[in-house]
Amino acid sequence: MKDLKTIIEECKDLSFDLNFTRAKEWKEEKPDRVVVGYMPIYFPREIIHAAGGLPVGIFGGGDRKQIIKGDAYYQSYICHIPRSIIELALDKHMEHIDGFIFPSICDVIRNLSGIFKQQKLGKFVKYMDFPQNFLPQIGGVFYQQEMQHVLKYIKEINGKVPTTEELNHSIDLYNKNRQMIEYIYDVRQEFPWRLSIEDVYCIVRAGTVIPVEEHNEILEQVCELIKEEIGTPQDKIKVVISGAFCEQPSLGLIKAVEESGCYVVDDDYMLGSRMILGDIDATTEKPLESIALSYINQSQYSSSIYDVHNPKENRLAKIVKDRGADGVIFASASFCDPSLLDAPIFQNAFDAMGIRYIAFQFSENINQYKVIKEQVGTFSDSIKLWEDEPINA
Amino acid sequence: MEKYYLGIDLGSTTSKAVIINQKDEIIGRGITNTRANYKVAADIAREEAVYDARFTLLSQKLQEEINTKPEFKKYMEDIRSVFQYRQFKRRMDSLEKTFRETVDGFKYDNKAEILAEINKIIEIIRPQIRHEFVNENLGSKNQFFRDIVCERYNNEVEKASKPLFEPLMLAFDKSINPVENEMVQFNFKELVHESMKNLEEKYEGLVDEQEDGSKEDWYYAELNAVKDNYKNVEYTLRQHIDEIADQDIHIATMVGTGYGRALLPFPENCIKSEILCHAFGAHALFPNTRTVLDIGGQDTKAIQVDSHGLVTSFHMNDRCAAGCGRYLGYIADEFGISLNELGPEAMKADKETTICSTCTVFAGAEVKELLHNGEKRPNILAGLHKAIIQRAMSLIARSGGVRNEFTFTGGVARNQAVVKYVTQMVTDAYGEVTMNIHTDSIFMGALGGAMFARRNLNVDLPTQQKKMKKVTP
Amino acid sequence: MAKEAQKEKSMILQKEMIEGLFNDLANAKELGKKVCYTFIPGNLSELIRTFDMLPVYPEINALQSAMRKKSAAYIKEAERNAHSEDVCTYVKCDVGMMMKGNIGPTGQKIPEPDVLLLSYTGCFTFLKWFETLKREYPKAKVIMVHTPYQENAEMTPEMTQYMVKQFQEEVIPQMEEVTGIKYDEEKLKAHLRLSAKAEDLITEIFDTTKHKPSPIDAYFAGVYYIGPINIGFRGTQKAVDYYEELLKEINIRIEKGQGPITPEGEMKEEKYRLVVEGPPNWTSFREFWKIFYDMGAVIVASSYTKVGGVYDYGWRHDPDRPLEALAEYCMNCYTNLNIPQRIDLLKKCITEYDADGYMTNSIKSCNSFSAGQLGMMREIEDSLEVPVGFIESDLVDPRYFSYSNIKNRLESFFQMLEQRKSMEKETESV
Repeated sequence: MKDLKTIIEECKDLSFDLNFTRAKEWKEEKPDRVVVGYMPIYFPREIIHAAGGLPVGIFGGGDRKQIIKGDAYYQSYICHIPRSIIELALDKHMEHIDGFIFPSICDVIRNLSGIFKQQKLGKFVKYMDFPQNFLPQIGGVFYQQEMQHVLKYIKEINGKVPTTEELNHSIDLYNKNRQMIEYIYDVRQEFPWRLSIEDVYCIVRAGTVIPVEEHNEILEQVCELIKEEIGTPQDKIKVVISGAFCEQPSLGLIKAVEESGCYVVDDDYMLGSRMILGDIDATTEKPLESIALSYINQSQYSSSIYDVHNPKENRLAKIVKDRGADGVIFASASFCDPSLLDAPIFQNAFDAMGIRYIAFQFSENINQYKVIKEQVGTFSDSIKLWEDEPINA
Repeated sequence: MEKYYLGIDLGSTTSKAVIINQKDEIIGRGITNTRANYKVAADIAREEAVYDARFTLLSQKLQEEINTKPEFKKYMEDIRSVFQYRQFKRRMDSLEKTFRETVDGFKYDNKAEILAEINKIIEIIRPQIRHEFVNENLGSKNQFFRDIVCERYNNEVEKASKPLFEPLMLAFDKSINPVENEMVQFNFKELVHESMKNLEEKYEGLVDEQEDGSKEDWYYAELNAVKDNYKNVEYTLRQHIDEIADQDIHIATMVGTGYGRALLPFPENCIKSEILCHAFGAHALFPNTRTVLDIGGQDTKAIQVDSHGLVTSFHMNDRCAAGCGRYLGYIADEFGISLNELGPEAMKADKETTICSTCTVFAGAEVKELLHNGEKRPNILAGLHKAIIQRAMSLIARSGGVRNEFTFTGGVARNQAVVKYVTQMVTDAYGEVTMNIHTDSIFMGALGGAMFARRNLNVDLPTQQKKMKKVTP
Repeated sequence: MAKEAQKEKSMILQKEMIEGLFNDLANAKELGKKVCYTFIPGNLSELIRTFDMLPVYPEINALQSAMRKKSAAYIKEAERNAHSEDVCTYVKCDVGMMMKGNIGPTGQKIPEPDVLLLSYTGCFTFLKWFETLKREYPKAKVIMVHTPYQENAEMTPEMTQYMVKQFQEEVIPQMEEVTGIKYDEEKLKAHLRLSAKAEDLITEIFDTTKHKPSPIDAYFAGVYYIGPINIGFRGTQKAVDYYEELLKEINIRIEKGQGPITPEGEMKEEKYRLVVEGPPNWTSFREFWKIFYDMGAVIVASSYTKVGGVYDYGWRHDPDRPLEALAEYCMNCYTNLNIPQRIDLLKKCITEYDADGYMTNSIKSCNSFSAGQLGMMREIEDSLEVPVGFIESDLVDPRYFSYSNIKNRLESFFQMLEQRKSMEKETESV
C-alpha cells in the first residue's frame, strides 16, 4: 500500500492537470469511450458512468493559466472562472472532451454554454436546467427529462443506452464514493491534524477527473491510513468555509486559511462531489427517478437552489453545530452573484443567532494571501481569547 | 507660399504637436508634459514644434554640407540641445524669481535661511544641468522642465539639514506650478545666437581625446572635425539664420486630438478622436499597417485599419485603468523610482513574477507583499510589465486579433520592457508578423491629426458640419 | 419631456395609466386588493389580473428611483447592510428603498406584498432577490415559477408541460388561496385575447423604424413605449387603446417624413442608424440619450425592449391554449434566449432595419445580459461586417456612469462610422 504522502501527491497532480491527461488515457484505451466535461456545482455523474462515459469536472484554470483570450470574452466585472474555462477550451486543453455540461448555477455559466455553442466546442453542449420546483411529479419529472437529454447526446456518440442494472451499479459506486468522502470529513472533524484541508481537497478533487472505481480505491486507502493517529494537534479554532462552491480558490489559499489558525472542518469547495446527502436508492427499477428524488429530497443547500422552504442560513447553522465549529468563513469568488447575494441573508441571520463569521473575496488566480491570512488569523485569535475569558467576567 | 499643417495630441500625461508640409512630411515635433492648464501645454508643444520646424528647414538648407561634412552634422545636433538649454534657462530664471516670492510669503521665521538654502541649491544644480545640456545632449532625452529640476532639486534637499526639508519641498511645490503654466515667449533668432555662443565656448574648450576603442570611430571623426571647423559652420549658418527665423511657418489648418481634446482651445470642428488619428498616423508611417496598438496614459486602444488607414474597428480598455500607461506611473511611485527607470530595471529580470491583480488599487498591496516575500525587484517589475501587455493582448483579441502589419504607438513604446513583452506575446499568439515600433511612436496621434488637417477630410463632427456650412457662404 | 408642446396624447394616456396603478397600490387595503410583487421578464400579468391582484415591479421602482436621483442613497443603505458592491444594483436599490420606508416613484407608499410571484425567467438574480425579500416579508407567500432556459434554442413540449404543471399545481392553487378568488379560465382567455392585440400593435410600432428617417427611437423612447405592455397592462383594453393611439401618432410622423422626438424636440437629421444591445443607464438617462441625438444617431432596434417578451418572430399569446401560452411567453423573453438566438435576433434587426452600426452597452449589474456580449459582438461584426461599438455603464448605480469616458468612446465610434460612410460613398461614385 502507498503511503499517505504519495497518495496525496498523486491526487494533487491529477487535480491540477490542465490537460486532463488521465481522462485522455482512459479514453484511448477503448474506441467507444466518451468523456463528458461538467462545470460546477453539481452534476449526476452516475448517468455518464452508466452510459460508458467518464465525467470530468472542469473547475477553471486556477492560478496556473495565463488569461488573454478569456479577457477578450469577459468584462472586468465578471468573475474569473469563465475566462479560464474559455481560455482552456480555445487553447485546446480539452480537445478530447466530447461534450460539455453547464449546470444551472448562475447567468454567467449559463451564458458560457452559449459561447461554447457559438464556438462549436465539443460534440455537444448542454445547459442542464436543474429544477427549481421540488415536487417529484413536476420538478422531478423535468429533471429526469434533462438527464434523458444528456443520455441522448451520449448515445449519439457511442450508441449506448444504459440499462437499469448499469445505472444502479453506477449509483452504488458513487454512493460508496460519497460515504468515504464523508468518513474523511468525519475523521477530520475530530482529528483535524491527521490530514490537512488541502490534502482533503486534493483527494476529493482528484475524484472529479478519474474513473470512480479508481477514486474509490484511493479513498479506501486514505480512510484506512487516517484511522491511525498521525500528526500533532495544534491550537486552532474550527471553522466552516462557505461560498466557494464554483470558482475554486488556489491551493495556496486553501492552505493559508488553515495555517492562519483555523482548522476547516467543513467546506463547500467541492460541493458537487458531496451534494447528495446519504445514499441514492440503488435498488429500484427506475434509477433516474431515484437520482431525481435524491436531488429533490436530500441535496445539500446551495446558493443556486431556491431555498425558501428550507432556508440555507438554518442549514449552515446546523452544519456549524454538528461539526462543533467555532465560526464560519464566507469565502466568495469576486463578482460571484449567487455567493455575494446570499451574504446579507447569512450574515443577518448569524448576527441574530450569535454565530461568529468573517468574509473575504478571492479569485482563482490570486496567489498572494497576506491580507486574507491576517484577517483569518485575527478571527482565530479573537475566538480563542473569547473562549479563554471566564463566562462570568 | 509653403503651407503647413498642425496636429496636437493632448494626452493625459504628455502633449504632443506635429507640423507637416504639403507632402505629409514631418518637419516639426514638440512635446511637453500635460499640466493643469491644458492651453499652456498645447501652446508649448506647438511652439516647440515650430522651433523644431525651423531647425528642420535650416538643416534642409544645409543638406549638402550635412551629408558630406561631419562637422555640420555634429553641430546641428549639438545646437538643438543647447537651444533647449537656452529655453530651459529662461524658465529657470523665472523659477528662481518665483522661489523668492514664494518664500517671501511664507510664515516661517527662518525665511532668510530657507532662501539662502534655495539659492545654494540653485547654484549647484544650474551648472549641472547646463553641463548635461551642452555636453551630454540632455535635450534629446525628452525630459520636461519640471522633471529635470525636480530630480536634482530633491537630491540636494535630501542633503540639506532636516528642519529645512519641509519648507524646501513646499517652496518647490508652490513655485513650480506657476512657472510651468507660464507662457514664455522666446525670440528664435536671439536664442539661436545665444546657443551658438555657448557652442563656441564648448568647442573652444575641447581637447584631443585619446581613442580608447570604447566609442565608435565616427565619434572621434565628428569630434575632431567640429573642433577644427566649427567657425566655418557658424559662418554658413549665419548666412541662413535670418531668413529661417523670419520665415512665416504658416499653419493652414490644424486638428486637435487626445484625451483632453475637448479642452483644447480649438474650434470644435477641428477636434478629432484619437483613435482615428493614431490609426491614420501609424498608417502614414507604415502603409501596410492593419492593426495598431496604442497604450496611452488613460486609455489603451486596439485598432484595426483598412488599406487607406481608416478605422474599421477599435476597442478600448474598460473602466479599469489596468493596462494603461498610468498604471506604470503608479508602479513607479510604488517603487519610488522614475518612469524612465522602470523599463531598464525590468530588463534585468531573470524571470517574471506572476502578478494577479492588474488592478491599480490592489497591485500596490501585492507588490509590497512580493517584496516582503523576497521577490527581486526586477522580476516583479517584469511581471508588472507583462501583466499590462497581457491586458492589451486581450483588447487586441477583442478587436479581432493581429493582422499583418502590426504597429505599436504611444509613449510607453519607449519603454524597452514594454516593447519586449509586446513583441513576445504578439509573436506567441499570432506568429511572425511585421512589427513596427518607431521612435516617433509617441507622435503618431499628433501626426494623424496633422494629416487629417491637411486633407480636411471629415474633420468636423457630424453636428458641426451644418454650422460650418452656415458660416461659409 | 422637456418641451411641453411635444407632449403627445399617448404620453398623457401612459401617465394616467401609471398614476392610476400607483394610486390603486397606495389604496390596496381599502380597495380590498391583494398585492403581487413580480418581475418584468416572464411577468404573468394576465394571470395576476385574473385573480384581481395589483402588480408591483421592483425593477421599475429601482429604475424610477434612479431617474429621480435617489438610487445612490438607497444603494449605499443596502451596502451598509452587507450587500456587496459587485452585485445587481436593482436589488440593492430596491432593498435600500424598502429600508427607507418603501416610498414609490409617485411619492406614495408601496404596500407590502401578499404574494412574491417569482417568475424565474432569464435572470438568476431574481431568485436571490425574492429570497432576500421573503426574509423581510415573512408573511408573504412566495410562488416560484421556474422557466426553463431555451438552452437548445427551442421550447420543447417537455419544457412547456413542466411550466403548465407548475401553473396548475402550484401557482393557481396558491393564488386562489391568497386571494380567495376561484380561477376563472374564461377571464384569463379574455385577457389573453387583448394581450395578443397589444402585441400585434407594439410589433408594428417597433417595425416602423424601417422607414427613413425612422419616426421613433427604439431604445431611448422605446423604453417608454414598452411601459404599458410590461407593467401590468398587457391584457387590458387600456393597453390596446394606448398602442393604437401611439401607432396613429407614429404613422402621422411617417407621413410627414419626421424623425423621432427627443427631450429637445424633434431630431432634425438622421445620420446614423444603430441597433443597441443591453439595458440603458438610468441614472444619467437624459445625458446618455443626448450624446446620441446630438450626433444624429437614432436607435432602430434594441434588445432591451424585448426583455418583457419577444414578438419579432410572430409569437402571440394564444387564448385557446391559455396556460401553454403563458408558459411559452415566459420562455420567449429575451434574456431567456440562448446566446446564438440572441445573435440571430440582433442580426435580423441590423439587416431588416438597415442599421449602420451595432452598439453594446455593457451593464455591470446584469450578467444575464452582459456575460457573453463580447463574443456576440465579435460574431456580429465578423458575419455582417458592421461597425461595432462598446461602452460600459450600470443600471442604477451612478458610480458606474462615467460621462466623459462614454462620450469619448461614442465620439470615436461615430467618427469611425462617418469615415466609413464617406468611404463607401466615394467607392460608389467611382
